Amino acid sequence: MEERIIAAGFGGQGVMALGQMLTYAGMVEDKRVSWVPSYGPEMRGGTANCNVIISDDLIGSPVVIEATTALVLNKPSLDKFEHSVVPGGKLFINSSLISTKSTREDIDVYYVPANDIANEIGNNRVANMVMLGAYLEATKMVGMDSIEKAFYKVFGENKAHLLPINKEALEKGAEAVRK
Amino acid sequence: MTVVFERTTGLTEVETHYCPGCTHGIIHRLVAEVLVELDILDDTIGVCPVGCSVLAYKYFNCDMQQAAHGRAPAVATGAKRVHPDKFVFTYQGDGDLASIGTAEIVHAAHRGEKISTIFVNNAIYGMTGGQMAPTTLIGQKATTAPYGRDEETMGMPLRMSEMLATIDGAKFVERVSVDTPANIRKAKRAIKKCFQVQLEGKGFGIVEVLSTCPTNWGLTPVESLKWLKENMIPYYPLGNFKSPEEVE
Amino acid sequence: MEKVLMKGNEAVCAAAIAAGCKYFFGYPITPQNEIPEYMARELPKVGGTFIQAESEVAAINMVYGAAGAGARVMTSSSSPGVALKQEGISYCAGAELPAVIVNMMRGGPGLGSIQPSQTDYFQATRGGGNGDYKTLVLAPADVQELVDLTIEGFDKADYYRNPVMILGDGFIGQMMEPVVFKDRSDVELPEKPWATSGTKGERKPNIINSLYLGAEELEEHNIHLQAKYAEMAKNEVKVESFGLEDAELVIAAYGTTSRICKTAISKLEKEGYKVGLIRPISLWPYPFNEFEKINDDCKGVLTVEMNTGQMTDDVQIALNGRMPSYFYGRTGGMAPTPEEIVNKVKEILGGDR
Repeated sequence: MEERIIAAGFGGQGVMALGQMLTYAGMVEDKRVSWVPSYGPEMRGGTANCNVIISDDLIGSPVVIEATTALVLNKPSLDKFEHSVVPGGKLFINSSLISTKSTREDIDVYYVPANDIANEIGNNRVANMVMLGAYLEATKMVGMDSIEKAFYKVFGENKAHLLPINKEALEKGAEAVRK
Repeated sequence: MTVVFERTTGLTEVETHYCPGCTHGIIHRLVAEVLVELDILDDTIGVCPVGCSVLAYKYFNCDMQQAAHGRAPAVATGAKRVHPDKFVFTYQGDGDLASIGTAEIVHAAHRGEKISTIFVNNAIYGMTGGQMAPTTLIGQKATTAPYGRDEETMGMPLRMSEMLATIDGAKFVERVSVDTPANIRKAKRAIKKCFQVQLEGKGFGIVEVLSTCPTNWGLTPVESLKWLKENMIPYYPLGNFKSPEEVE
Repeated sequence: MEKVLMKGNEAVCAAAIAAGCKYFFGYPITPQNEIPEYMARELPKVGGTFIQAESEVAAINMVYGAAGAGARVMTSSSSPGVALKQEGISYCAGAELPAVIVNMMRGGPGLGSIQPSQTDYFQATRGGGNGDYKTLVLAPADVQELVDLTIEGFDKADYYRNPVMILGDGFIGQMMEPVVFKDRSDVELPEKPWATSGTKGERKPNIINSLYLGAEELEEHNIHLQAKYAEMAKNEVKVESFGLEDAELVIAAYGTTSRICKTAISKLEKEGYKVGLIRPISLWPYPFNEFEKINDDCKGVLTVEMNTGQMTDDVQIALNGRMPSYFYGRTGGMAPTPEEIVNKVKEILGGDR
């Protein structure tokens, strides 16, 4: 098994943290993992993306060219990475901000109204966790226990009070996929 | 028989390479005497520059580091941060400190590094053969200013002490000269005070010493002392620009 | 010890501190800013000192001063900044001072880009400053190796009294991977009786110096340095390789590029191509002898780098005309893709199978 993920959005949408949560959780489950960010001027409000690999075997290139999964949180990211997904792969689209549909028919596409769900919960900033919840439900890549452990690693113990709202976001995201 | 004069133990017995009449020897001796009088010679790390005093590591009788051109304050910073309880000084010329090493001296002062700098200003590059220094006077000839320094294209001579005195981290700044016995005694007092500023943990200190270069000035040693007095002191006024009492 | 997920730039700092480094002098430059930031945050906690120097030039000269004073000390930068540090690195080599210099390489020449590259291979392996000198150059391919080589780098720097360069690329610095730190609490740092720390009246003055005005004296110093480098060349070669005995083609690559090549090699294997790999871990000393293990029927060696082919010089020296040398690379911050490498290998070996 080798899961190669691209998570992309604009700066501030939390795609880096989303990727780190997955990476940590994979490590907690003793899988081989790597996380590589895009970095540079595009981090200042432009598009940001990170590559995550979760694998049973040694990881070769940490750069994801042929993704098994892409999570896109804004339109430019869909345009950029829609065709990076291998046939049979998965594409998660933040349908709150992306009104167009994917043209791909050889992959599984999930439309998740991540910002709408996040707003319903009461915090627009957890849209990334809604996307992650949807992804976890569809792939079962890592367990929720591991994600919880990862939460503390990524956000620090002093953000413990934010765990409930993040868990709720994960659950609502999962629900969106189950529908 | 009574001993009336002897070599300071602050200097090694190595014969210096300085030209006849050059005042580096006097300044070396003053620094060494102060190190001995303050009883810190055995707890001192000196840093010497590139320029005429490049070989000073052979002359000072203490641990020494030889630094790249202009970088002595950075090297001294590294040594002092590792050994905050040791006395650390740099000995630099005008090319080293006022030209290639301006960033290093300004920022060592700016950080308030607890180091002491002896800045020997003789208004010329000595070691490389008489090229123009940032401190070369207007009209003064140098091998790279064969028609004399011209303000229009070469700028006015740089007054480092005045400039450094504007920096908060610099706690002691004084310009002295070694052209007369009286001035030599004043120079020694300034060096001692500067070193005490470091020993008391107050911050960065510098003593600018106006010095001669008979060889590259093309003058005799005696003429050189006279030239220093008549040309350098009017442009580079002697005196204290800053001391801790004044700061506090 | 516990497995932790760390960014390369932070892991190299944690490794340095684990190795007993308490002094760091640096200047900000992308893509290695997490290094000075980590050191500024963590060094005070272990009684160490961080200084943001006024320039890379000042930073490396502070390293010189601290190393000369007997401390374990590190600086880091990225390509243009490491170019500025060459003066001090040469002085450290000349004065035989141990120090660790980290270069998280970015695209060049000039200001170049901030994206990953391997464009400082020559600068690092040929001695980027003046004079006949060498630095031990270690090129990690993952974060764990970055940690291990950094810790070892401090030990080697002290042992040889020589600068050691950790040559990473932007990926190595920015990538997060799990790492484990070995317990080093029982390791004692070596004594440095040559360091300047004040004579205390108990010994003759120690002098840190790279100046030898007498030609004979300097020649003697250089002969001494070369003998040291010869010992390093004998003892410090590090290399990973596989498949050399039956490879149709061998790829030579280091750092992140070697990982991309491994992905390409396993793709090629599935298509029936036998491709071996030589991954130099020490770029200087270079693992020349490893190339002798390549079978005689091999069609050649393909060097893959994120530059325009700097390592091919060493590959060709190693091959000594025995078989052809090929090159594939991307520059400017572009990384080669496994597919591009697969295609290049097929082009050399002739068509699809």
